[in-house]
Amino acid sequence: MPSYVIDEKCDGCKGGDKTACMYICPNDLMVLDVDRMKAYNTEPDMCWECYNCVKICPTQAIEVRGYADFTPLGASVQPMRGSEDIMWTVKFRGGTIKRFKFPIRTTPEGEAQPDGGYGVGPGTLDDQLLFTEPASLLADNLWTLADERG
Amino acid sequence: MQEFKTVEVNTDLLIIGPGMAGSGACVEGAHWAKENGVKITVVDKAAMERSGAVGMGLSAINQYQGENTPVDYLSYVRQDLMGLCRDDLVMDISRHVNGSVHMFEKFGLPIWKDPDGNYVHEGRWQLMINGESYKAIVAEAGKNAVGMDNIIERVFVVRLLLDKNDKNKVAGAIGFSVRDPEIYIFRFKACIVSAGGAVHVFRPRSTGEGLGRAWYPPWNAGSSSYLTTTAGAEMTSQEVVFIPARFKDGYGPVGAWFLLFKAMATSATGFNYMAEGLAEGGELHNWPPYGEVKPIPTCLRNHLMMIEMYKKGDGPILMHTDKAIAKIAEQAPDQKAYKKEIKKLEAEAWEDFLDMTISQAVLWASKDVFPEEGPSEIMPSEPYFIGSHSGASGAWTSGPEDIQTDDSKGEYFWGYNRMTTVKGLFAAGDGVGVSSHKFSSGSFTEGRIAAKAAVKYCVDNPELPEIDASELEKRKEELLLPLKHYEEHKALTTLGTTDKKYALPVEEVNPNYITPKMAIFRLNKIMDEYVAGWGSMYNCSKTTLNIALDLIKMLKADLKKLAARNLHELMRCWENIHRVQIAEAHTRHKLHREETRWPGYYYRTDFPKLEEDTWGKVFVNSVYDAEKDEFSMLTRPIIHLVDIKEVVGM
Repeated sequence: MPSYVIDEKCDGCKGGDKTACMYICPNDLMVLDVDRMKAYNTEPDMCWECYNCVKICPTQAIEVRGYADFTPLGASVQPMRGSEDIMWTVKFRGGTIKRFKFPIRTTPEGEAQPDGGYGVGPGTLDDQLLFTEPASLLADNLWTLADERG
Repeated sequence: MQEFKTVEVNTDLLIIGPGMAGSGACVEGAHWAKENGVKITVVDKAAMERSGAVGMGLSAINQYQGENTPVDYLSYVRQDLMGLCRDDLVMDISRHVNGSVHMFEKFGLPIWKDPDGNYVHEGRWQLMINGESYKAIVAEAGKNAVGMDNIIERVFVVRLLLDKNDKNKVAGAIGFSVRDPEIYIFRFKACIVSAGGAVHVFRPRSTGEGLGRAWYPPWNAGSSSYLTTTAGAEMTSQEVVFIPARFKDGYGPVGAWFLLFKAMATSATGFNYMAEGLAEGGELHNWPPYGEVKPIPTCLRNHLMMIEMYKKGDGPILMHTDKAIAKIAEQAPDQKAYKKEIKKLEAEAWEDFLDMTISQAVLWASKDVFPEEGPSEIMPSEPYFIGSHSGASGAWTSGPEDIQTDDSKGEYFWGYNRMTTVKGLFAAGDGVGVSSHKFSSGSFTEGRIAAKAAVKYCVDNPELPEIDASELEKRKEELLLPLKHYEEHKALTTLGTTDKKYALPVEEVNPNYITPKMAIFRLNKIMDEYVAGWGSMYNCSKTTLNIALDLIKMLKADLKKLAARNLHELMRCWENIHRVQIAEAHTRHKLHREETRWPGYYYRTDFPKLEEDTWGKVFVNSVYDAEKDEFSMLTRPIIHLVDIKEVVGM
């Protein structure tokens, strides 16, 4: 059962219209049982183990147990995702524990500017320049076949 | 059966599938749309923050030109695809892609830098990134560009609608909410199909709980191909699959191991199949001219691996991670530096998995695998349809006007860049064929190119096309058929009571219908055994392909008897309808190309050689007539826009 929900930690995202895991799952696998206010993975064999439900869960109620048809039991890989980096705890079957921390973004969440700060270039709808070019290319011009053929 | 509400959405340009390509279309399209009074709407089957192939993350950007020229990149792509590529499309992306990567960095994507502030390359074209949030960051720029009010999530578009007065012009699309009983009708002047490649057409190697552990994501169900094909757009190179060779079972990436850590792969007994294949008299010389030049094309690397595994029986193939790590660490001047270097390499190796294929980390932890202690198995996977990688299947589209010769202009250019042969229907990313090796950054770039052209199309064609009302009613009925079918026939059950069935994702036996899961298994079995999946060791022939076509014909008829117990299963039903269409197209294309051009992807056992003088000169294309349910096959010339003097490697 690739991702699974720890019942006692899940609060069904406190009665919102959908849970965080339902919002994020790219394969529409997470379902809220409204009678119990607990989420569950409705189709584990279509889970890609992308961990998006694990990373987004506000109560850390979701974990992953590797695909049973080829993964021996006993290990776990658990992330803790912040706004700037992610911390991974890898527990091996034999007991070894490794921790890794990697950056995830360099700007505050929500602030990605569509032009990347390069501004609007001189292009028109009839030419080949994309709207941030040539500045975003860090070059003076856009290449064209005539440059090659002389 | 629940009552369905109809939601009508009128717009100018609809972006179907905001993955990497669709997010690029949002960023670029929004600018030109605003300048020209054009309205953009975006529709996503999932949530844009993590939808598409990059939803888990990525550990590298695989296309960055740096100081190389578009001709350099073309030389590499043409070589890797055994000569099959559209020079105009490949060089068009190449000339723009640096700008997209620079924008990613400004959006907030951490790209590795060396002490001098330059990007760290994994290979000539590849950059290392901390890519856990790659999609979320890029999608955020796209969302900020078009505005959340114009983005509709959790709506699955299942079919395009054509103009009542011009059957070669797109006019709308129909879909449904996977969460609420709502049918969506979109009316527009133009659309961009960027709805991904196709997974689970062939039987995956893991078929139990691990069914979902495909290399490419299981939610890529061939929708791009279905939408463009059934609208009547000419399709190209549907015979070209991609078979990645990856760490066994988890499908963890090998790129960093090969390119960054310089690891070697051998057969079980240590045969260095790549070096031996290249050496004088080696196997690669049987595949001129591509086999004789480095870099070795992806399919030929698979081919050499398959010879070891299947012909010599000297499997499994081993990636010598331990030797690679030891070799790098040995260069350290002292013990302290050695330990530091080992620790750094270990973190880099694990990040490669944790950023993009977490399952591989789970698997190594579960099996107590330590890469510094011993080798790990690598394995060729099941076939995938992915126009953005080392595959080529997709729509046949117009290229840019300025990257053409007198010869190519009549064949490769018809007014709007990335428009298919259907007016107003554009494609990008995995949706575009023979525009290979664009990966994440190039797909984003292609989305930008398509969006600018699509806005221009909307400006040039200001009238809203008309949808035939009777056609629309027919499509609405067809869309809900699996739910209706279930309600009509559910009285027969193997579950004890019919009341329980709605909530239970379990299989049941009913003589009147098949569940979506059984439909996918039936398709997988046909494709695996007759159309060159791993189960037939990637072999097929005219005989087996024709058997497959007979079986697919019956499967297509039975798809009208699919049953859905809820909206989630209705989504699965339609995904499988999409998969079967590309399966049939693929089989017909394979039948048409009477040669073996991509050994290691598939073998035509009745035509086991590369036929450069004939099939090396053409693309195999097809057009589907949806009313008659018939394919017409044709070829288009491969026109070289530049001469390649030397192939530039990885």
